[in-house]
Amino acid sequence: MDRIPILKMGRALLITIQVDMHDQMAIALEEDLTAKIAQTGAKGVLIDISSLEVVDSFIGRMLDNIAAVSRVLDAETVVVGMRPAVAITLVELGLTLQGVKTALNVERGFELISRRLQDTGAEDGGAGE
Amino acid sequence: MATADIGQSIASRRGEILQEWGGHLRDAGTLNSGRIKQSELDTQTREFLDLVIKTFSGPATDVESHQRTLRQNIGEISRSRAIQGFTPTETATFIFSLKQPLFDALNRDYAKDPAALARALWAVTELLDGLGLYSMEVFQKSREEVIIRQQKEIAELSTPVVKLWDGILALPLIGTLDSERTQVVMENLLQSIVEHAADYAIIDITGVPTVDTLVAQHLLKTVAAARLMGADCIISGIRPQIAQTMVHLGVELNVVSKATLADALAAALRATGRTVQAMRTPSATANGLLAPKA
Repeated sequence: MDRIPILKMGRALLITIQVDMHDQMAIALEEDLTAKIAQTGAKGVLIDISSLEVVDSFIGRMLDNIAAVSRVLDAETVVVGMRPAVAITLVELGLTLQGVKTALNVERGFELISRRLQDTGAEDGGAGE
Repeated sequence: MATADIGQSIASRRGEILQEWGGHLRDAGTLNSGRIKQSELDTQTREFLDLVIKTFSGPATDVESHQRTLRQNIGEISRSRAIQGFTPTETATFIFSLKQPLFDALNRDYAKDPAALARALWAVTELLDGLGLYSMEVFQKSREEVIIRQQKEIAELSTPVVKLWDGILALPLIGTLDSERTQVVMENLLQSIVEHAADYAIIDITGVPTVDTLVAQHLLKTVAAARLMGADCIISGIRPQIAQTMVHLGVELNVVSKATLADALAAALRATGRTVQAMRTPSATANGLLAPKA
């Protein structure tokens, strides 16, 4: 079965969604991600959806779920690279992803997470070095 | 062939008909407004009458092609009338005032044969009425085109996205926000956010005359969409009365809002780690200006 790769970038994890998701994949991704967060002690999760042209309520719910699960494990989720058309569709669907942070691109998302690490204290930064 | 006779009859009195027609048009006030010149009108009437003569005097096989040219001719005239701002009546008068001179001419030629006269009158009426209706159709269509073009221009003019600073965009909204415009505004804003890699978008609603629950909902949608793209929104320019109305209506905008665009820009600058400072104190400048020259 297809699995979505999870890359480690410093203290954050990067997930790039490039294919159409379905239930099985979403469940597998959630399992992989939680395992990876626990294993690496990551403080941030970047989900890049810049190559997604079509979204539906399913994807919206999936993003919310991932964010909720990550938050429990003390990692912040940032959705990055959403296309304008996708943003409009999500808003029209009434899915505003309240629990998720957003950024324009991966770079900005990474900055957001780094800033959070700095703000939350030296112990995180110290442990990372 | 009866139609050829009609053509001949009209052709032989071409001069009189043109003169009389021109007189009718003048009486109807076509020239009064100054939107069209005498010489221009003369050319139009001459061309049109010649085409009518051709339609009647040519062989039966050519009638259709002649009628097509006639329609084209009258179509162009109606279109230019519509653009010049003539009323429908003034436009239709161009064709219908030709009837009387034509009928007079035919009356004189066919005085001895009432049956032929009736046929001739019918043939002319049929042609001119058809053209009259067509001219109205073209007139109407041209006016609609003008309106559609203007609507488009207004829609484009009223939704510019302005770059205020690196990463700070402003969207000055002017006029009422309906669903259609919100869509355009939203698309423009999101596209600009991507292009300029903006962190902040200031939506200025100084030019929005009323904010009801629907407009508020549209605004919130725009804010939510911008947030999904990773940009924060600030709403500015809510006028005092509107603020009161909004509170009375129970409309809540759960967004950062500032009184003026300047305040919003200052807030956005501060949030991105910048400030605006005076290079010297205003009083010093004033003193410098007011100080007597040494």
